[in-house]
Amino acid sequence: MLHDPDLNSYLFIGAVLFVCGVICMATKRNAIGVLMGVELVLNGANVNFVAFSRYTTLGLDGQIFSLFVIVLAAAEAAVALAIVLNFYNNHLTVDVDRGNKLKG
Amino acid sequence: MSLFFTIFALAACLGAVAVVISQSVVRMAFWLIVSLGSVAGLFFLADADFIGAAQLLIYVGGTLVLLVFGIMLTASGPYMKIPASPGETVVAGLIGVMFLSMVFSTLPASKEWKQSPNYIAETVTPEFADSSEGNTLRPLGFALLGVRPDVGQDGAGYLLPFEIASVHLLVVLIGAAYLARAKRRQDNA
Amino acid sequence: MINTLAANSLSDAFDGLSVPLYGQLSSGDALVVAAIIHAVLVFHVFALCPFFLIWLERKGSGRIQDRLGPTRVGGRFGWLQSLADGIKLIQKEDLCPPVADAMLFRSAPYIVCLASFAAFVVLPFSHNWVAVSADCGLFILLSILSLEVFGIIMAGYSSGSKWSLFGGMREAAQMVSYEIPLAICALIPIVSAGSLNLGEIGDMQGGHLGNWFLFHDPFTFVAFFVFFVVLTAGCKRAPFDLAEAESELVGGFHTEYSGMRWSFFFMGEYASMFALCGVAAILFLGGWHTGIPGVDGLLQEWRLKGAESPEFSPLGYLANVIGAGVFVSKAAFGVFVQIWLRWTLPRLRIDQVMITCLKYFVPISCFLFLGATVWPLMWMFATDDGLTSAPFRSPLGNRATHAVSEGTKESSSTPQSSAPAEAPEDNSEAESAATGENTAMAEPITVGMNFSEVRQ
Repeated sequence: MLHDPDLNSYLFIGAVLFVCGVICMATKRNAIGVLMGVELVLNGANVNFVAFSRYTTLGLDGQIFSLFVIVLAAAEAAVALAIVLNFYNNHLTVDVDRGNKLKG
Repeated sequence: MSLFFTIFALAACLGAVAVVISQSVVRMAFWLIVSLGSVAGLFFLADADFIGAAQLLIYVGGTLVLLVFGIMLTASGPYMKIPASPGETVVAGLIGVMFLSMVFSTLPASKEWKQSPNYIAETVTPEFADSSEGNTLRPLGFALLGVRPDVGQDGAGYLLPFEIASVHLLVVLIGAAYLARAKRRQDNA
Repeated sequence: MINTLAANSLSDAFDGLSVPLYGQLSSGDALVVAAIIHAVLVFHVFALCPFFLIWLERKGSGRIQDRLGPTRVGGRFGWLQSLADGIKLIQKEDLCPPVADAMLFRSAPYIVCLASFAAFVVLPFSHNWVAVSADCGLFILLSILSLEVFGIIMAGYSSGSKWSLFGGMREAAQMVSYEIPLAICALIPIVSAGSLNLGEIGDMQGGHLGNWFLFHDPFTFVAFFVFFVVLTAGCKRAPFDLAEAESELVGGFHTEYSGMRWSFFFMGEYASMFALCGVAAILFLGGWHTGIPGVDGLLQEWRLKGAESPEFSPLGYLANVIGAGVFVSKAAFGVFVQIWLRWTLPRLRIDQVMITCLKYFVPISCFLFLGATVWPLMWMFATDDGLTSAPFRSPLGNRATHAVSEGTKESSSTPQSSAPAEAPEDNSEAESAATGENTAMAEPITVGMNFSEVRQ
């Protein structure tokens, strides 16, 4: 029943992570929940990069790309969290639907 | 090999689904750990040891702890929940399923890629006199220094992106510290 | 990754072995059996080290406080006290407070335990005695140990108690901050070693005391002490045990826990103390080498014989057993020093803990790291001939430059192939280590011999 993993099985996982992340970003009203969705999306991309570097002739570039994705995701999380804290300071909540001051 | 792959793959996918389903933010963080940790396991299985360890250290040990820290700093009560309305959930679920089927429909296109089951172990690591699988530490380090013996003269290194990333991290450090610094709350009344 | 499992060598021994009631073992079955044996062995190390260390802690604290500590259980010295404690804890009721988030509350101890157990997978105990000999072993070990903090935060948050929450928050801040100087200090001997593989780093330090990275240069010497203090803080041990400061926080993050779940936290804590002290022993204190020239040479000779002979050699095995004993006693001594510190020094305040880390340890470790990278260049300026014949080692380590010169032979366009790769053979101090590295690549077993020949 179990066969050795191939490129498609990795891409399958990447797709599931990506879609879950997108849904998470769309439905969560908690700002930190939205952030977690972003992390899931980036991880879906990472799985694809590593899978391509393992199973195709992409070589090392896929791994380096995923390394950069990880580093930049950490940076993104730090800045986004600072913004969330600022939002919380101003609104006393992290509900993103409440950030509607610019609404006409 | 395939057994471990199945375990990690299931944990990654179910963890991701559980992140979407669960309402409490801390539980979401827990499931995210399960999911991302299993993704690190998948990286180990795909012979990317360094990436897997970086994933564990930076994502799970760093970013997620930061997120939980943020949850604790912004929680207005214990086990804070901000539920979405049922209609939204149904629409999101429908769109998600459609989106997933769309992405899956593109999977057969991966046959177009020139597949090579063990490219790195056959081509890249022998250049560095390291024979074991998953041993991409040295090639990765050299690539980040701009040296690519594995692809020959035409290969581009990653020295410039590496430098940009390091400056970017410094900017982020300062920016995040500036943004998140404690300010006196004005609208307390 | 699967090829680097140490279980392979054992499975080779089992391959074709006839088993009563079963017949011949196929190679796949042999691999599974060997893997199970290794897993059981590593698990026992993991389970026994809290067992022993908790007894040591009780005895040590007793001595320091001028009392006897446990004396009765198991005859002399109360050496079975931990077992009695364990049996008592298993019998206790497994409580979960009604306000707690039950799922997270119940799973948090397992995260802590799992993280510190998984760290043992890449920790070598003697030459080639390691479950997974990964090339970035140190990195994997540190990253796995960093997961432990998550279980503690989970425990603190899900208990629904303010003591636990405060403890968890402090723990998160403290462990995340102390991870930075810990990682930087761990990198300092790596600069000299040129490898992240813990097994290789240990093998490099054979010969005599001067080959330990502790005495490699002044920066590594200072770095060891910084590393030790930082790992004490990273294991949340006194005087940095703010997360469980009894006087102010009752029990900290584990206030609400009882029975076995409570003891899982302590198993995780003692196991990660042992693992980190083991890392310190490998990085700075020569790993499984005794540091006595004659003894090390003899052991290395035995290992060499064991490696040469095609079948199992008792002498080589004995050498490894002695090496493992030396390594374990070094790590246990490190834990003992931590216990000693705990019962000697008063606890810091949380702001003092954070200031110590961020204002002192981070700059100090950054300075030491810089010094360790510049140190090889000092040799370059100290000799008259300059670049070409100085005992110059590239900061990347000789293995790395070797790899590049090999890689660029065909294209011969990259500039790296010139100076460092043509390092001379006849100098004394730094080059000996480089030679060791080169031979380590070809056949790791001869490294210690090389050292003792060159240095004596």
